[in-house]
Amino acid sequence: MFAAEAAEAVSFPLLPALVLVPLLTAAVIGLMPAERDDYARIIALVGSTITGALSIYLLADFQTADGGFQFVVERDWIADLGLSLRLGVDGISLFLVVMTGVLFPIGILATSADHDAKPYHLWIMVLMAGSIGVFMALDLLLFFMFFEIVLVPMYFLIGSWGHGDRVRAALKFFLYTMAGSALMLVGIVAVVFLTNQHTGTVTFDIRELASAQALTTNEARVVLLVFALAFAVKVPLFPLHTWLPDAHTEAPTVGSVILAGVMLKLGTYGFLRFGLYLFPQAAHDLAPVFLTLGVIGIMYGAIVATVQRDLKRLIAYSSIAHLGFIILGLFALNSQGIQGAVLQMVNHGISTGALFILAGWIYERRHTREIAALKGLQKAAPVMAGVFTLVMLSSIGLPGLNGFVGEFLILLGAFSGARWWGIVATSGVILAALYLLWAYQRVFHGTPDQDNAVMPDLRLSEFLSILPLLGLIVFLGVYPKPVLDRMEPAVDELITHIEANVDDFVEPEPAPVVEQDQRDLLVEALHEAEEKAEAAGEEGE
Amino acid sequence: MVELAWLIPAAPLIGFVLILVVGRRLGEPLAGWLAFGAIGVSFLATVAVFAGLLAEEPGERFYVQTLFEWVPAGSFSVNAGLLADPLSITMSLFITGVGALIHLYSIGYMHGDPDFSKFFLYLNLFAGSMLVLVLGDNMLMTFLGWEGVGACSYLLISFWFTDAANASAGKKAFVTNRVGDFGFMLAMFLVFYEIGSIDYGTILSSAPELGSGVATTIVLLLLLGAVGKSAQLPLYVWLPDAMAGPTPVSALIHAATMVTSGVYLLTRMNPVLAVADGWATDTVAWIGVLTAFFAATIALAQNDIKKVLAYSTVSQLGYMFLAVGVGAYVPAIFHMVTHAFFKALLFLGSGSVIHGLDDEQDMRRMGGLAKLMPITAMTFIVGWLAIAGVPPFSGFWSKDEILLYAWNENVALWAIGLVTALLTAFYMTRQVILTFFGRTRYFDPTAEEITAAFDARLDLSEAAARQAQDELVAAHAGVEKAVADVDKRTEAVEIAATKLNDAKAALAAVSAEDDAHTKLAKALEKAEKAVPRAGENLSKAQGSVAEANAEVDRTSERLAEAEVAFRALGARRADLPLPATHVTAASVPPEVGDLADDLPASFDERQEYHPHESPWTMTLPLLVLAGAAAVAGGLNLPFTKDLHFLEHWLEPSLFGNETKLMVSSAGKWGLALIAIMSAVGAIGAATAVYLKGRIAPARIERPALARAWYVDETYARVAGGPGRSGFELAALFDRRVIDGFVNGVASAAGSIGGSLRSTQTGYVRNSALGIVIGSVGVVLWFLSRLWTS
Repeated sequence: MFAAEAAEAVSFPLLPALVLVPLLTAAVIGLMPAERDDYARIIALVGSTITGALSIYLLADFQTADGGFQFVVERDWIADLGLSLRLGVDGISLFLVVMTGVLFPIGILATSADHDAKPYHLWIMVLMAGSIGVFMALDLLLFFMFFEIVLVPMYFLIGSWGHGDRVRAALKFFLYTMAGSALMLVGIVAVVFLTNQHTGTVTFDIRELASAQALTTNEARVVLLVFALAFAVKVPLFPLHTWLPDAHTEAPTVGSVILAGVMLKLGTYGFLRFGLYLFPQAAHDLAPVFLTLGVIGIMYGAIVATVQRDLKRLIAYSSIAHLGFIILGLFALNSQGIQGAVLQMVNHGISTGALFILAGWIYERRHTREIAALKGLQKAAPVMAGVFTLVMLSSIGLPGLNGFVGEFLILLGAFSGARWWGIVATSGVILAALYLLWAYQRVFHGTPDQDNAVMPDLRLSEFLSILPLLGLIVFLGVYPKPVLDRMEPAVDELITHIEANVDDFVEPEPAPVVEQDQRDLLVEALHEAEEKAEAAGEEGE
Repeated sequence: MVELAWLIPAAPLIGFVLILVVGRRLGEPLAGWLAFGAIGVSFLATVAVFAGLLAEEPGERFYVQTLFEWVPAGSFSVNAGLLADPLSITMSLFITGVGALIHLYSIGYMHGDPDFSKFFLYLNLFAGSMLVLVLGDNMLMTFLGWEGVGACSYLLISFWFTDAANASAGKKAFVTNRVGDFGFMLAMFLVFYEIGSIDYGTILSSAPELGSGVATTIVLLLLLGAVGKSAQLPLYVWLPDAMAGPTPVSALIHAATMVTSGVYLLTRMNPVLAVADGWATDTVAWIGVLTAFFAATIALAQNDIKKVLAYSTVSQLGYMFLAVGVGAYVPAIFHMVTHAFFKALLFLGSGSVIHGLDDEQDMRRMGGLAKLMPITAMTFIVGWLAIAGVPPFSGFWSKDEILLYAWNENVALWAIGLVTALLTAFYMTRQVILTFFGRTRYFDPTAEEITAAFDARLDLSEAAARQAQDELVAAHAGVEKAVADVDKRTEAVEIAATKLNDAKAALAAVSAEDDAHTKLAKALEKAEKAVPRAGENLSKAQGSVAEANAEVDRTSERLAEAEVAFRALGARRADLPLPATHVTAASVPPEVGDLADDLPASFDERQEYHPHESPWTMTLPLLVLAGAAAVAGGLNLPFTKDLHFLEHWLEPSLFGNETKLMVSSAGKWGLALIAIMSAVGAIGAATAVYLKGRIAPARIERPALARAWYVDETYARVAGGPGRSGFELAALFDRRVIDGFVNGVASAAGSIGGSLRSTQTGYVRNSALGIVIGSVGVVLWFLSRLWTS
């Protein structure tokens, strides 16, 4: 089911456009004379907004019930090597694409470069092209290419527009992820090579490789571990996470937003596509390892976040905890867990992106991220405090807001699929409340001193720029159905694929209940109880 | 009419959205009236649904309304749906009814607050969430409301956020509740896993088929959730702190509605409790009765008018848990309703007192307010009689029912429950006496004022001593100067003597005929005169030394006196005439004597203050609630089966799981009599202590009780000590071990290689480079093999 019809139905190549528009925008910015760099921001805004609009058009045109890849575009590239340009989205990658498309224009709008606006926006647009591409690539080498492309702009964004020890942080980021990418390249080539050894065909097409399942058990495990190392750096999983707090803290706001919102998802998305999809048996066998690392991430990230003194560092560690949930959900290997994980990828992008934007605004005003130096901001900036509260509650996972639905489904899935990990992870919800509320208390509550008392509140333009995220926080919390409905067929297909390729594996979930009218059930239960009571009464007599 | 169910939670939520958008522009009091209108609509809708259900046959009184599909994921599917049945509508009736009254009250109470509209924003959101909690047709909807009310509680406790204590209390409430939520979530997961659905219809109908082990686990997990939300042992600590919020919040959220959610949840799941092992429900009952007793002992020794009510609430919730634990669901809900009336009344009454007494919350500073706030006093007294268990007021009937069922189950449960009832009557009598009777202690000088006055005087005395000391120093300087003068004069005497000798010698050296003789003789004469003059000067100087010494003696005497006086005054500080720590109506004002003149300005300002009755927006709700608290016993009078209205009404929601009483009619009368006697006895005892002052109150108000058995301190010490350091240790581990690992290996290798510096900084780079180069090599090898194959 590749739904090629769906792709043909579109009058113009939507998926390539999603990559090309930001790339063209970058080129336009690059060709602009340097002295007009005040236009760079506007061009970037227009370009990213067009891309965002295209991604929403994609969403609107997506066939809900179809679990396969849609809008597929294939062009031969190096036919001898089985290399093609293959792009497509399914219900899983769709929302990552849309989230990326939405987050970029907001990130650009909500922040600005303090110097050299031209290269700054140029790099952001390159980053956007790579980030969207990576979620749409159906070809291993193409995936790798996009995966690598995003490193460069992020390296420069942190290194040139960051704060404090930015060069060191940028280098650390680059080296960690570069090492991971190198391993991934080994993994990619190994998969193709080994498949070729067993089947004789050469292909980089993810779909073909997944359906071939040609590797022996041990080969698959080794290759999966190689991939896992690469993705674990990206997620990041404990103990490969220490580049993240540095990178997040020193990055400019837009860098932190994209890093947390989009780039970390490359890791979890990789686990899903390459772990679960390419190597279901190995993923199933190694699941306890990843479940454990995920749960460690949840607890450890939260604990370390609690005692951070720097606001952005705290949010960075909270990301580690949130991403731990995603790993937990993926390796629960059932539809609740995986749907929850994908939803959480999107929700984390929204909430943490918004948190970083807010932290950036505080930094702009107070020139510090030191929690101890901030106090009582709610007095001076009630609107900002209100926005922060909403975003914080979303991040804590309050039902009715977006963060909850994903987290709940993950934990529900984990409880069925990996019970003890699920139970430990559930206790993570206590810690999440602790670190965020404590931070909020120290930053916004109390009586402000001199500097904090005169901090300006949000400007209307700022409020409007974050408003879409606030809207999504509420909407996805109250009505996640449109997202879940589009995701479900793809996740079902993935699970069917896992079930088909893993020995003796059945999706761990409870027996289905017969749909019955709730009222009838209650009335019936009452009648039964009454009958029982009567019977007991007669016996008594 | 039941179709209006959606409107019950929707009305306050619409109110919330409206206030969010236009609240600031509406301002005071319009925002408050809008919020009141919203909850009022909700109340009317509830009444309509209630009437609709009444029109149905008892066995058909379930109405499920599905609004939309909320979370569909694979085999899991949950609707945003509502379940109107006798249980949820009973809850909704008192939530919206009491809620509306408290909204009205708040319009008066929050008068003049700069965040007036924000308060009503939160209040409406709270009401909406609370109604979703009770009306949800599945566990996740209940959880939605459950967390929603928790968030509102957090926002409202820390409403006056500039005070650090309020902010901490809000956080404490949220985090403590999250411990309970952990249990609730796991219970939901387990229910889903075992039953395949978390809709109440499915759960309640399939509960009888659950294994007892599974049911026991579910009950214990739900209990953990309920213990958090309903402030039972050991998670009750947040509720007394929650009093930091505005008083209407304490009345609505932390007394009447939210904190009863745990009882509601356990009652809603009664078919699961019925299947669980006996020890699971016993645990519920014992947690309840022990909490009831424990909190009541603490309430004995609290001086903050709201703290007494807070611990009292914890205690009364314990009764409800006891009831649920022994399968007495109707008495549990009955007590929940009567408690909502009388406790909301008591809290609002205390708020009226605080409002009329310029934000004073210490009962030791009250007294005699019955004359100044007659409506508040009268309604408060109704609340007191209700909670103390005096018939015919409502609390008696509901509490008596619970004790009856406890007796039916286990005499020990009944005995502890009875002692708790006795303590309740005692501490509530104390509260009423200290607040409304006796002398008005509000105008008495406070300990701070007396101390300030005294300290002012002490400062004066100290200044006098300091001045005497300065004078002594000056006197000593005078002596030194005089002694120096004596030295100078002595020298002058010697010089004069020398000069005389010289003159004599000179005269002797020349003959009388010499011309110089006359001159020298004159000089001699002059020198001879100078000697006695110098002598005179010397003796004068010696005299002034004596005088200066005498001055030293005098001043040092004065200093000694001043110091004695200062010390003596300082010593009196320990036994200043301060107001009593343990107060009764008979307590006399502190004898400040002449200190009265030095009392600070705050004292004089207070004398000008007129404690006053609250405006009608506040007294009207008091009157309505007082009426309800007085007669709500009529909902379920025990005399004949026909009078068990509430029992018949709730029957469908309980699926025959209500425990059957095995107590004879005579036994019931006997137990009721014992309860009445103990209530009356406790009231009498409290009157003897607090009105007549027959027994020193210090003998009852022990420090251990006043400090709540040191539980909060212990929690704080653990969390702030080992807890905090554990977290810090993890962060240190992250920085030093995890992040430092690569560098650490490098430095070890570096020190062996002897070029520590360069490798340490370059190691990460080198190792990464190594991986990259190695990878490229492997890739090239693969590619070459691929190409040739």
